[in-house]
Amino acid sequence: MTDLDTAALPATPARTEQPAPRSQQAVSSGGRIARSLLKHLMLILASIVMIYPLLWLLVSSFRPTEVIFRTPGLWLNELFVQNYSEGWFALGSPFHVYLFNSLVVTVGAVVGNLVSCSLAAYAFARLKFRLRTLWFAIMLVTIMLPIHVIVVPQYIIFNLLGWVNTIIPLVLPKFLATDAFFVFLMVQFIRGIPRELDEAARIDGCGHWQIFTRVMLPLMGPALATSAIFTIIWTWSDFFTPLIYLTDPTKYTVPLALRSFLDATSGSNWGAMFAMSIVTLVPMFLVFLFGQKFLIRGIATTGGK
Amino acid sequence: MSALFELTSLKGSRARTPEEKAARRKEAGRDNLAGYLFLLPWLVGLVVITIGPLIASLYLSFTDYSLIQAPEWTGLENYVRMLEDPRLHNALRVTFIYVVVGTPLQLVVALGIALLLNEGMKGLAFYRSIFYLPSLLGGSVAIALLWRQLFGTDGLVNQLLRLLGVDATIGWVSDPSYALWTIILLHVWTFGSPMVIFLAGLRQIPAMYYEAAAVDGATRWSRFIRITLPLLSPIIFFNLVLQVIGAFQSFTQAFVVSNGTGGPSDSTMFYTLYLYDRGFGNFEMGYAAAMAWLLVVIVGALTAVNFLLSRFWVFYDD
Repeated sequence: MTDLDTAALPATPARTEQPAPRSQQAVSSGGRIARSLLKHLMLILASIVMIYPLLWLLVSSFRPTEVIFRTPGLWLNELFVQNYSEGWFALGSPFHVYLFNSLVVTVGAVVGNLVSCSLAAYAFARLKFRLRTLWFAIMLVTIMLPIHVIVVPQYIIFNLLGWVNTIIPLVLPKFLATDAFFVFLMVQFIRGIPRELDEAARIDGCGHWQIFTRVMLPLMGPALATSAIFTIIWTWSDFFTPLIYLTDPTKYTVPLALRSFLDATSGSNWGAMFAMSIVTLVPMFLVFLFGQKFLIRGIATTGGK
Repeated sequence: MSALFELTSLKGSRARTPEEKAARRKEAGRDNLAGYLFLLPWLVGLVVITIGPLIASLYLSFTDYSLIQAPEWTGLENYVRMLEDPRLHNALRVTFIYVVVGTPLQLVVALGIALLLNEGMKGLAFYRSIFYLPSLLGGSVAIALLWRQLFGTDGLVNQLLRLLGVDATIGWVSDPSYALWTIILLHVWTFGSPMVIFLAGLRQIPAMYYEAAAVDGATRWSRFIRITLPLLSPIIFFNLVLQVIGAFQSFTQAFVVSNGTGGPSDSTMFYTLYLYDRGFGNFEMGYAAAMAWLLVVIVGALTAVNFLLSRFWVFYDD
C-alpha cells in the first residue's frame, strides 16, 4: 500500500494504525509544495498587475509623448530627459515653486498635528476632568464627520478674515487638532504606556507639563512618527482643500500644479506631465520606503480611522 | 481597534452608593484645570473649525447666499429644489453605484489577498509592500492623471488589448458608459489599506481553533466558513462601515479624471463634485450647504443601516 492510496481511501486506515500519520504527512507536504507554488504564482501575478502601471509611468516619463502612446512595454531605448526640463518650466512658475509651497504646508501641518494632537491625547488618556467621556465621544465622531458639511462656512469665515489665497486655512486647523484621527491614534498608544511611569514622576513632584514633556513625549516616538508620516502623505497629496483656498497660481501646491497641466498644455504633453508626476510621487515613495513599518503598524492598530 | 469600535463600546461605569458617587465626582475632577489646558487647542478647533461651521451650514442651508450679499432666508426652498434637481439625482445615482459596487469589490480583494498572505509564507513583507503602495499613492493627482492616460483611446490598456489582438478603440474615460467603471477600478486598486487591517485581524485568531478543527477533519473551506469568517466578521464590518463613509465622500479621482467636469455627460459627477460645482463654481453657498447636510444624513443613515444589519452577520467572541 503506498502513501497515496491511504490518502485516497481515508476510510480504511483504521486497521493499519502505524502508517496512517506518516502517510498523511507525506501527502500534505507534497500538496503543500504544490499549493505554495500556486499561491506564489497567484501573488506574483497580482503584484505585477498592481505595480505595472506605476513602473510604466516611471519608464514613460523618460519617453517622448508620441512613443508613450504606442509602447506598452517597459524597455527604454534612450533616456528622454527633456520631459523633465520641459515639464519643470511648462507652467506659470517653475516647478520648484510648487514643491516649495507644498513643503511649507506639509511642514506646518506636521508640526501642528504633532503638537496639538499629542496635547489632547495626553489629556484624554491620562487626566481626569469633568465631561471627559463626552468630549472623547465627540472627538471620535468628528473623525468620521464628512468635511464637506463644514467646508462652506469655513470658506466663508476664512474669506471674511482675508485668508483666502494664503496657506493659513491649510495649516491653522492642524494646530487646533482638527485631524482627530491622530488624537485617537496617540490615545491608543499612551494607554499602552505603564501608568507607573507617570505616577512615579508625579510622586517625584513633577507637574503635568513635566510629565508630558519629560516622560510621555520621549516614550511616544513611534506614535509621533506614525502621525508625522500619515500627515506628510495626506498633506502632500491633498487636493480638495488647496483647490478651494488657493486661486493664485504662484501659491499652488503640487497637486494643483499637476492638475493645471491639463489646461496649460490642453492635456497633450503627456511626457512632461508624467515627468512631473514622478517628481511629486518620489517624496511620497521615499516616505513610504522608510516609514512603512510605522504606517502598517498605525493602520493595523487603529483600524485606519 | 477602530475609533468606530471604541465609540460603540464607550460606557461609564455606574456608582452605587452616595459616598461612592461623591468620591467619584471628586476623582473625576481631579485634573480639571490641567485637563482643560491640555485640551485647549482641540477645544478651540472643535468650536471654531468644526461645530461652529456645522451650525452655520445648517443655517445657510435655509438661505440664498452668494458671498456678495447677506444671506437671505428662504425657508425650505433649497431642500425643495433638491427634490426637483435632476443633476443632483444623477449625482446620487453615480455615487451610490460607486459605493455599492466599489466598496464590496475592494474589500473582497483585500480579504482574498490577506488570506493568501496570512499563512506564514516567505516574502510576506515584500508582497505586503507591493499591495500596500497603491493605496498610499492612489489618492494623489499624479495617479488620477495616470488613470486618464491608461484608459484613454490610445492608453496603456488599449495598447495591451491590441497586443492580444483585440481591436480596442474605446476611450474608456471619454465614454459615458465606462468612465465611472475606470474610477471604480482605481478604487479597487487601492485595496492595500483594508488588506493590512484584515491581516492584523487574521493574526488575532487563535491557532488552536484551526488545530481543533483539523483534528475533527474539517476541510479548508469549512474552516474558512466556520472559523475565519465569524471571527473576522467584526473587522469586516468596521472596514465596511469606514470604507462606505469614505467612498461616499471621494472627490479627487473623479475630479481629475474628468478634468473637473464630472463628465462625460455627468457620468462621473460624484455627489461631492456636484457640491463643489454648486458652492465654489457657482457660489450658490446656501444650496451647497443644504447638499452637505443631505450628505451627512445619507452617510449617517447608511452607517445606521450597516449597524442594524450587522446583528445578523457580525459575531462577537466574548
